[in-house]
Amino acid sequence: MSRVLVGVKRVIDYAVKIRVKPDKTGVVTDGIKHSMNPFDEIAVEEAVKLKEKKIANEIIAVSVGPAQSQEVLRTALAMGVDRGIHIEVSGKDYELLQPLHISKLLAKVAQDEKVDLVICGKQAIDDDSNQTAQMTAAILDWPQATFASKVEKTGDGLTVVREVDGGLETIKCKLPAVISADLRLNTPRYATLPNIMKAKKKPIKKLTPKDLNVDTTARIEIVSVEDPPTRQAGSILPDVDTLLAKLKESGHIK
Amino acid sequence: MFSRCSRNLTTFLKSTRFQSTLVIAEHNNQNLLPITANAVGAAKKIGGDVTVLVAGTQNCDKVAADAAKLDGVNKVLIAESGAFKGFTAESITSLVLSTQNQFKFTHILAGASAFSKSLLPRVAAKLDVSPVSEVIEVKSPNTFVRTIYAGNAILTLKSKEPIQVLSIRGTNFEAVSSGAGKGAVDKAPEGNYASDLTEFVSQELSKSDRPELTSAKIIISGGRGLKSGDNFKLLYDLADKWGAAVGASRAAVDAGYVANDLQIGQTGKIVAPDLYVAVGISGAIQHLAGMKDSKTIVAINKDPEAPIFQVADYGLVADLFKAVPEITGKV
Repeated sequence: MSRVLVGVKRVIDYAVKIRVKPDKTGVVTDGIKHSMNPFDEIAVEEAVKLKEKKIANEIIAVSVGPAQSQEVLRTALAMGVDRGIHIEVSGKDYELLQPLHISKLLAKVAQDEKVDLVICGKQAIDDDSNQTAQMTAAILDWPQATFASKVEKTGDGLTVVREVDGGLETIKCKLPAVISADLRLNTPRYATLPNIMKAKKKPIKKLTPKDLNVDTTARIEIVSVEDPPTRQAGSILPDVDTLLAKLKESGHIK
Repeated sequence: MFSRCSRNLTTFLKSTRFQSTLVIAEHNNQNLLPITANAVGAAKKIGGDVTVLVAGTQNCDKVAADAAKLDGVNKVLIAESGAFKGFTAESITSLVLSTQNQFKFTHILAGASAFSKSLLPRVAAKLDVSPVSEVIEVKSPNTFVRTIYAGNAILTLKSKEPIQVLSIRGTNFEAVSSGAGKGAVDKAPEGNYASDLTEFVSQELSKSDRPELTSAKIIISGGRGLKSGDNFKLLYDLADKWGAAVGASRAAVDAGYVANDLQIGQTGKIVAPDLYVAVGISGAIQHLAGMKDSKTIVAINKDPEAPIFQVADYGLVADLFKAVPEITGKV
């Protein structure tokens, strides 16, 4: 296996309490802390581990989004990725961009760069779609190993343990392949200061969807983005007896 | 205003008349899983004919017969082949595509489970359409509601696609009843669906006599506050008395207290039981995403500032190691 491609997305930081825009067109993103999608950090870590184990030679990180997406590419470079590709999409186009578009872009880059493995996070914590890896695999006609919690190179393929509803399952897939990383796959490393400095010298290539011949025409229309219904404030009860009485009263327990 | 309403209604009726939905059944070769009945419920909201596809390795007759009995199902297509071993997305995608080729459905949907989350996007990409994940409401045949940002915003979107590929959140759609349906069982299109891309090796499923998490009426969940896997026994004892399922926060899973399939939250399972008891769980955004639609939420936590108390109907500020055994003793 020579090359690994990692997809990374810039999202609002997981710890931020988001706010819906008053005009209901989306959520407020200006001036809000952003960082790399947590699942993508896991994907990057796995790619770097493959390189450390000499299973991979080169890691390329790709991010699709506005100019600030380069920040997450720099983070990936500081974690051990060799070079970055930034596919610039911004403004209205970016708001309407769907995982299908991203998958087409990733698939094209995977072919152009002759990679053997694509690793993505299992879902982005902003749109919560959980689609990109599967669709990239479909477009390339490669096998997909989704929700991976363990990846091993065995023979000329990969053995992957997947997190499924009832527990775990193990599959074998041929290479080239697409993997989506689940939480338990690894613990991402912190980028050290010297590595952050070194990352500044690593190259980031800039592309547009046009360069890759990918049509990004909108597939959806946003009707509205609203706040979820708020729950009525509850009450703090003094003791177990009161709690049990309340639960009996509401018919939850007998 | 009245005329506008009636015009909308006519358009709606016109557009629903020609809908036809393929529901992909989820089963384990022996039993149809409950989420399929929720998916049929969502299909009925779309309107039009409902066909259920049952794909499995062998002896799927019982599963197909059960699917045919679901209220609102017009037809069941059955495909049996060794190719579907392990229900790999690669093999089932080919089957769905040839079924779609023959019947030209307007909607392809399934309950949002690990199985369909793997499968549906692959199908959608092959059809060159943008799928919609975890739909919580069907407004019209092409307008859907889903949550984004861990359930902290509700997105209503209109899809421009000719074919809608949707996964639906089981807890948001009523399961159709079983017994009333009279669907005809037929063979799915024949074909070579074997894929050599992926090979299923094995499964290690957690065994439990307790109810399945996503369909349980009562769930007792533990977090970091439990301090060890052994202490989860406190929750199991109470769960057994109540006939409840046991869940966990990510912290409890990461710490190795319980298996990953018990995780409730944005990236684990989404549940909405009648009663959710959060024990030693602080209530991070990511956990709330998985349980805040529960009818009644109880929080037991010794930290009165824990965010979980902001969503709890009943809160008990107490040491769980005292409170939980006390509850168990009094039930």
